[in-house]
Amino acid sequence: MVPLSYYLVLSGILFGCGVLGFLIKRNIITIFMSIELMLNGVNLSFVAFAAHWHALSGQVFVFFVMVVAAAEAAVGLAIIIAVYRTRETLNVDQVNLLKL
Amino acid sequence: MAGAVNLLVQSHPINSALSLVAVMASLAAEYLLLGAEFVAAVQVIVYAGAIMVLFVITIMLLNAGAEERTKGSRIATLLGVPGVTIGAVLVAWTLLGRSSTTHSVSIGALWGAPKDIARLLFHEFLLPFEVTSVLILIAIMGAVVLASRPEAGARGTRKDEG
Repeated sequence: MVPLSYYLVLSGILFGCGVLGFLIKRNIITIFMSIELMLNGVNLSFVAFAAHWHALSGQVFVFFVMVVAAAEAAVGLAIIIAVYRTRETLNVDQVNLLKL
Repeated sequence: MAGAVNLLVQSHPINSALSLVAVMASLAAEYLLLGAEFVAAVQVIVYAGAIMVLFVITIMLLNAGAEERTKGSRIATLLGVPGVTIGAVLVAWTLLGRSSTTHSVSIGALWGAPKDIARLLFHEFLLPFEVTSVLILIAIMGAVVLASRPEAGARGTRKDEG
């Protein structure tokens, strides 16, 4: 028996690491991976609450979150490739204009 | 368990993708402990499989090296690390302080069988399920349009010029 709060603390730590990476990192791919980390933290809390309340719909929500994350990863990486083609950089500090 | 892997994610430069794979795998094990076997399988397939392959291919395609430090990143480090630490400590303190009011989660109670999830998914959540399929389709089309070279669309005009 593991208390629910341990899972919630772990998911909070994961989300915090995601926020930290999002703020600190300057590589656009690493920022993207931090976003994925945040989504994973939320997923963990979803599953923990689903196990806590014995409500199966929490796991269905995790499924939907994963679907949205997959779509977001595909589109985001395509945008990254397009940005790299026009700018030749992955640093977000140098990508400050929408127009070339 | 995943906390140690977590810290690796922070320190690695660009091969943090591999440590992210480790985090995904340990999260899948965590889901298995929570009895959510379907979610664990989907986690391994979708995240550790598909999304991480996308990331690694993009990293190799773009020839990404180690990132350089800038002024903005230093300011973000100075402000972000204490802020996030304080937030995490506050959340942990609140949750652990109230943990007596919540029950514990029993490990290994496999009540989240894929059969029940499928019944829920295709009866009550049928409309969101179909909407996500449309969303995936739009995302694939958008990714193809965005990642395709701009010359591909303008090839006809260029041929006319040549």
